[in-house]
Amino acid sequence: MPRSALTGTRVRERRLLIGMKQADLARAAGISPAYLNLIEHNRRRVGAELLAALAGALGVEETALAEGAESALFEGLREAAAGLVSGASAGEAEPEIGRIDEFVSRFPGWAALVAVQQGRVASLERSVEALNERMAHDPFLSASLHEVVSAVTSLRSTAAILAETEDIAPDWRERFHANVFEDSIRLSEAAAALVAYLDSSKEAETGLSSPQEEVEAWLARAQHHLAALERGTAPPGESLIAGVPELASGAARKLALAHIARYRADAVALPLERFARVLEEEGPDPAALARRMGTGLAPVFRRLASLPEGMAPPVGLVACDASGTLTFRKPAPGFALPRHGAACPLWPLYEALARPMVPIRAVVEMAGRVPQRFLTYAFSEPRHPGGFDGPQVVEAQMLILPPPEQRGEVERPIGASCRICPRADCAARREPSILAGGE
Amino acid sequence: MGRRVLLIEDEPHIAEAIRFLLTRDGWTVASHGDGSDAMDVIRREVPDVLVLDVKLPGRSGYDILGELRADPTLAALPVLVLSARSRQEDRDMAAEIGASHFMTKPFGNAEIVAALRQMAQT
Repeated sequence: MPRSALTGTRVRERRLLIGMKQADLARAAGISPAYLNLIEHNRRRVGAELLAALAGALGVEETALAEGAESALFEGLREAAAGLVSGASAGEAEPEIGRIDEFVSRFPGWAALVAVQQGRVASLERSVEALNERMAHDPFLSASLHEVVSAVTSLRSTAAILAETEDIAPDWRERFHANVFEDSIRLSEAAAALVAYLDSSKEAETGLSSPQEEVEAWLARAQHHLAALERGTAPPGESLIAGVPELASGAARKLALAHIARYRADAVALPLERFARVLEEEGPDPAALARRMGTGLAPVFRRLASLPEGMAPPVGLVACDASGTLTFRKPAPGFALPRHGAACPLWPLYEALARPMVPIRAVVEMAGRVPQRFLTYAFSEPRHPGGFDGPQVVEAQMLILPPPEQRGEVERPIGASCRICPRADCAARREPSILAGGE
Repeated sequence: MGRRVLLIEDEPHIAEAIRFLLTRDGWTVASHGDGSDAMDVIRREVPDVLVLDVKLPGRSGYDILGELRADPTLAALPVLVLSARSRQEDRDMAAEIGASHFMTKPFGNAEIVAALRQMAQT
């Protein structure tokens, strides 16, 4: 059973597992097959009453379908099982994934423990990846560590000379004593600076190390939906960012104002109410939406990624400029985005960048402990903000959506970035991975 | 005159310790602490063995090694690369560029002396 964090996907998984037809389940739950179809594709939220009806018809506890604390338990167990299966040697017993319900009901304490441990493992793995990424790209950290290693190297060699050389000349002994003293001071200062740096960056582990990250933190808190800008008479951008704690730097506030201006233009071009209605009819197909709304693809991409929660399936969005640098990141659950450095060159985003004005639709499989599929739409558009004599500015965008239910399409194997990608034999790899082993 | 080693290392205390160790082992030691003109010093000194730090002011040790291997008069010079990084990919990169020996910091005194002796024999 594939993993998913969404109730609708769980309903569908359970129904298929027991071989029940969609129409039969809909009838049993007292809803239309069309509505059940929307639920199963996570386009409709499920209320408590309906959840109970669906669970009853599927013969499972509601907690097995619901999102929240209980479902997190099931999610954790599935993830732990999937990780074990992918790392298992031939002949090793595999966990009985189909009997998770039974395991949880018979051994709730052990089940909770396994899920908690899985959460810790996943968290530690993310920390290791992030720290490795940071070490490779953080000049201060790199310089500090170099200082520490240099002092330790000198101390080790000099101390060993003093300890092991019996006939050392007095002038050499004096010199080495002085060196040991200086190096010990140097080491303690370097270590103190390193600890202070790591402590301060731990405070900022929310990641606010760049203006872009400050803006992303602000947007994440707003769930990327700026309701004030949906009204006809939207307030000035400055009033929306005044006193926002995440936007600490002037550069971040400038970026935020630019985002607000673009959001406002998109909201005027694609009014929320009408956009929602068309989305209801067409589904999250950007081309169909753009055609119906009479706009280009790029505003539709951004609009899909800024809808209020529940109006669309979880949508991620990334954008890059002509250099490939990521300029916007709205994560989609399970789709890893690199925090530092460049992303995977196999993302359809970059194919779109190389082929301006050509819409690209691709199903991708993101590498990871549990590889996950996604449907992506990518598009890039050249602009000439400086007029005929100015440079061409290209921006590419990629929408990240839940995968299509049918598995027929060829999936492109991708990763987050080379450094944390386990695909050892990738032809597009530009640097070795820090992760041991391959796929 | 004993075997000649040139030490390209910008950390003066490390260079001093190595100089002491190698001098006692019978080497004639010259040292230099800057990467930018290191190639000039190497050509002038013509050592039997070169100890080359990776992280140098002015120019990377790897960069120097690359130029050295491209020079027919220096291509065969045994080079011990000193690096603070110990990952396999760093070792692989050093070998690929042409290091004869790769040693990570901090190193043991006996270890570096033994490595230089061995390199001088080959």
